[in-house]
Amino acid sequence: MIRFEQVSKRYSNGHDALKQVDFHLQSGEMSFLTGHSGAGKSTLLKLIMLIEKASQGQVVFNQQNLANFNRRNVALYRRRIGMVYQNHQLLFDRTVYDNVALPLIIAGYNERDMGRRVRAALDKVGLLSKEKLNPVSLSGGEQQRVGIARAVVNKPALLLADEPTGNLDPGLSAEIMDIFEQFSQVGVAVMIATHDLALISRYEHRLLVLENGQLIKDDGAENV
Amino acid sequence: MAGKSVGKEVSANTASTRRGAINQSVTFREKSDSYFQHHRSVAKDSVQRLWFHPIASLMTLAVIAIALALPSGFYLLLKNAQVVTQNWDGRAQISLFLSDTVSEEQGVELGKALKKNNDIEKTEFISKEQALKEFEDVSGLKNVMGGLSENPLPSVIVVYPKSTEPEFLDNLQSQLANKPGVDLAQLDSQWVQRLYSILKLGQRIVGALAIGLVLAVLLVVVNTIGLAIENRKDEIIITKLVGATDSFVRRPFLYTGVWYGLGGGVLALMTINAFLLWLNSPVNELAVLYGAHFSLSGLGFLNSFGLLFCASFLGLLGAWMAVGRHLREIEPH
Repeated sequence: MIRFEQVSKRYSNGHDALKQVDFHLQSGEMSFLTGHSGAGKSTLLKLIMLIEKASQGQVVFNQQNLANFNRRNVALYRRRIGMVYQNHQLLFDRTVYDNVALPLIIAGYNERDMGRRVRAALDKVGLLSKEKLNPVSLSGGEQQRVGIARAVVNKPALLLADEPTGNLDPGLSAEIMDIFEQFSQVGVAVMIATHDLALISRYEHRLLVLENGQLIKDDGAENV
Repeated sequence: MAGKSVGKEVSANTASTRRGAINQSVTFREKSDSYFQHHRSVAKDSVQRLWFHPIASLMTLAVIAIALALPSGFYLLLKNAQVVTQNWDGRAQISLFLSDTVSEEQGVELGKALKKNNDIEKTEFISKEQALKEFEDVSGLKNVMGGLSENPLPSVIVVYPKSTEPEFLDNLQSQLANKPGVDLAQLDSQWVQRLYSILKLGQRIVGALAIGLVLAVLLVVVNTIGLAIENRKDEIIITKLVGATDSFVRRPFLYTGVWYGLGGGVLALMTINAFLLWLNSPVNELAVLYGAHFSLSGLGFLNSFGLLFCASFLGLLGAWMAVGRHLREIEPH
């Protein structure tokens, strides 16, 4: 699904954010990405989202080298990735429904299919009753779940989450993890970047640990 | 919703059968339908955005309208001035006023003789009676003239010279003035020529004004759309993150530009027509005083449509320039 081959990232200020990172995440595989702040988690996610490009090595998605994508291909590629952001990245000038529908509008769905899919996604995160509200009026945890609904609404092939349970109580965290697991069971590759070691220890998923830009632990490496 | 279950089936099929290298889970038909649907909603949304900020939008529209109305209005005035002067021959004429001692036959003979002159294109003899009748028609002073006991007007030979060169005309004029039987040789083309020159100058000025103000419209649109883009920066970044193409991001701003142009054009048309209406009755009165019938002509359907089209196009062009400048700078980071 997504493969890093000796990927390094050096920013223009000379900072080496990632050093020769190698891993392969399969379809339907669920993984945690951890490491303390500045270890390179965000950079790794940015490379996958094509917000940044690798300085060295290759990031490969379904046999396609991301470095070769033109602007249009970048846009089309991003439609296949669902990303849950730590700061939610919601639009506060429209309803919850319209926020979740955004990827579908962009992908060109008709209104009927859109309504069905948006409501299914909102139902999954338990916010169906709030579709007409503005995200401003929701709690942090609810906003996070709107972000999750938006990430999954277009049935992505790869689901990325940056601290998805950061603002949630343990009960809700478990529900969110259930949602992610459901997606991985239907073939979606899931990568969850998190500090939450308690969360990680509760689940038996592959664990990638970054330290100073290097991948120091990958307990799923033998599967590759 | 009646079609809900059907919709479920259709999209379940398309989702499972269509799995291209890069997202292709929507059929072409669905895509083109929703494409137009999307255009409609973007067009509507961009109008609503203008509507929600009426003061700011109105000010921008007013600036565009003024910039469009000024050259169009001047153009219209010039066009009307040209209609008035169309009846006058732009070519030079020398009128030879004959003394009363010259009979009509002699006058005709003199005209024929002058035609042999190499400098003269043709001549035209106007007898005293013809002159009086023409004067009565043109001036509307028939009753006044009827009260006179005898015709005060002289016979006239109108000479059309071959060239309109000022020096040549002056020579010809003095040469003709010395002919026996000629009281006065008047070069009466000068003021018409001057008027023509003024009109020509006016056209140039309107042209320059139009170019300047068209640029102003462009700059206003570029600037306004540029601000709109800055205001929606976060939204642009988020839509790019969920897979928006450049054209998707561009679209609402292009529509906004077209609305600005079109709205400004409509306002400009209204201004021009109000101005014409305001001028029309004094112009009519003036024309009546001169015994003529003349009313101001408006832009007409074709020109009005052209103005609206050009205005919309300017809006689109300005928006395109603004978007081109800003869009690539706004990227997720």
